[in-house]
Amino acid sequence: MNPANYLILAALLFTIGTAGVLVRRNAIVVFMSIELMLNASNLTLVTFSRLHGTLDGQVMAFFVMVVAAAEVVIGLAIILSIFRTRRSASVDDVNLLKY
Amino acid sequence: MTHTPVHYAAASGAFSVSWLLILLPLAGAAVLLLGGRRTDRFGHLIGTLAAAASFVVGVVLFAAMLGRSGDDRAVSQHLFSWIPVNGFQVDVGLLVDQLSIVFVLLITGVGTLIHIYSIGYMAHDPARRKFFAYMNLFLASMLLLVLGNNFLSLYAGWELVGLSSYLLIKFWEDRPAAATAANKAFYMNRVGDVGLAIAIMLMFATVGSTSYADVFGAAAANVIGYGTISAIALLLLLGACGKSGQFPLQAWLPDAMEGPTPISALIHAATMVTAGVYLIVRSAPIFNETQAARTVVVVIGAITILLGCVIGCAYDDIKKVLAYSTVSQIGYMFLAVGLGPAGYAIGIMHLLAHGFFKAGLFLGAGSVIHAMDDDQDLRHYGGLWRYMPVTWATFGLGFLAIIGFPGLSGFFTKDRIIETAFDKGGTSGYLLGAVALLGAGITAFYMSRLFLMTFHGRPRWSSEGEDARHPHESPPTMTGPMIVLAVGSTFAGGLFVLGHSMQDWLEPVAGEGVEGVHTFSPIVLTALTLVVVAGGFAAAWLRYQARPVEATARPDTEVTLVTVAARHDLFANTVNETIAMRPGQFLTRFLVWLDLVGVDGLVRGSAAGIGGLSGRMRRLQTGFVRSYALSMLGGAVLMVGALLLVWGG
Repeated sequence: MNPANYLILAALLFTIGTAGVLVRRNAIVVFMSIELMLNASNLTLVTFSRLHGTLDGQVMAFFVMVVAAAEVVIGLAIILSIFRTRRSASVDDVNLLKY
Repeated sequence: MTHTPVHYAAASGAFSVSWLLILLPLAGAAVLLLGGRRTDRFGHLIGTLAAAASFVVGVVLFAAMLGRSGDDRAVSQHLFSWIPVNGFQVDVGLLVDQLSIVFVLLITGVGTLIHIYSIGYMAHDPARRKFFAYMNLFLASMLLLVLGNNFLSLYAGWELVGLSSYLLIKFWEDRPAAATAANKAFYMNRVGDVGLAIAIMLMFATVGSTSYADVFGAAAANVIGYGTISAIALLLLLGACGKSGQFPLQAWLPDAMEGPTPISALIHAATMVTAGVYLIVRSAPIFNETQAARTVVVVIGAITILLGCVIGCAYDDIKKVLAYSTVSQIGYMFLAVGLGPAGYAIGIMHLLAHGFFKAGLFLGAGSVIHAMDDDQDLRHYGGLWRYMPVTWATFGLGFLAIIGFPGLSGFFTKDRIIETAFDKGGTSGYLLGAVALLGAGITAFYMSRLFLMTFHGRPRWSSEGEDARHPHESPPTMTGPMIVLAVGSTFAGGLFVLGHSMQDWLEPVAGEGVEGVHTFSPIVLTALTLVVVAGGFAAAWLRYQARPVEATARPDTEVTLVTVAARHDLFANTVNETIAMRPGQFLTRFLVWLDLVGVDGLVRGSAAGIGGLSGRMRRLQTGFVRSYALSMLGGAVLMVGALLLVWGG
């Protein structure tokens, strides 16, 4: 199979994730979009690793997964505590820290 | 003129304690100032004792000097190293020589008398102790000025004298006039002091030392260029003009009369204001090398003589008249010392005689003012001789001495100045002689006016009614010093000229007085002077004795223009204000404006600019996470685009 197809898929996924982060208000959905972007980049890393015949990209992909997992734990905890105090999961409602 | 190398003998015997001269009054001042109110009761006695002790030391030194041979009389004593920097050595030392010892005797002698006088004069003043402390401080400063063996010590004394003069002028500081006069004296002295300071810097730059021995040695050896030495001499002269109240820095001296009368006698007549004359005579080796500077000295002296005389005729305030008389008499001294080696000794002689009679006149004036309840207006006096005979007699002797009555001291010393001026020869000699002669006539006029209006004629005061006056003779503490000074002003002049004693005494310092060719024979000139003086007296007699004196001065509209000008100090204050004070004020205001608008504007403007900019910038912090994400995306796109441009293109 042509490796370029994997890259095109990754680009698509990344674009969808970006659009999700920018346009969706629900914090959970924004979070899922971020995961989408992370996985898109993971796919890119693995593809290039395969193309060049080295393992560097795959190792890097594992790192990204670990970090993403940790990030999800912290991020969900924050979203949960915000929801408890403000009764809302919209990112636009959390705008007190400003000028 | 040939020069012998400058040679000072080492200090030994009595001379090894010459520092006591300065230390005694300084200790007196320290005790009185640090002791505070505890010394109030006996402070005046401590002060007088310190001055008298210093006088005794002076007399002992004088006697010791008389016992030495002529070459060994100048004694230089190294005291301590003041500024021991590599390449810049300033040692403090004392130089007791023929010139400084006569000054020491004058300062401590007249100083002691005035201390005694002040005991009576200031008896009712609550701050009498402070007064004596300042007077002792003045004595110490003045002695440091005349005794230093280098220009830097002289400068230290010079400034300290200025300080004590300031403190004493504003002694009655609750009077606004006194406070203003003190400030004025301080500022105008500063102008002169700057000249002296620059002169000393020039000396150090060219000679590498400020000690008299080195500087005068270099001047005599002609290692300083004519331009430099003239500059040094002119700057020294500027300093001398400031301290001595000479044209164009004369305006502070009459105002200084706001101080207590003993101060006017001691500082602003007998001693401090003669420091300028001392400076010029001390720097004789420098002035000998530069004709240009000597000419300036003579011209300043001549201008000041006439200026002082003319203004002296117009004032009705007894102390102001005496102050302007001092200005003009010091003008005579400047005229004499500006004539070079022929006149140095004569200038000093007149200075000493003047120290006696002017101090006596001021003390007499103080006695009159005291008797007339602090009224200083001549037009409110009259006929006082009957009520205060001792004051009348002593004042009269001082008066005869200053106008040059035959046999009294002014006759010997002022005549010699007139004679020396004529002997200069040429047109300038005639001109200077004529000025000096004219000055003698006017001096006779205004001093007679003062004397007649005060002591003779019909009394213009009354012992009854609201403004009752009860003139009375002063206590013995006041009349005693007046009597001593009157005796001094009677005999001093004769003593100086007797067998050329003073000129021979000062010869090692002032150089040999060259006996010039006489333009007129001395007898003719003396007769001429006497005629002029008699004319001045006669004019005053006709105007103020033969006719009754008005109790109030005529208004400016009814008198001649000259009188109006003289009443306004020949517009000296206006001139100072126009050429110095107003432009200075304008400059400072302009600088303040520049600071406010320029410097402060820059600082405030940049702060305001950054503040405004950040006010706008912080609007970007909206608090919406998605907008932050958008800007991050934009940034990332930009970065990637830039990378593609650089690597891909």
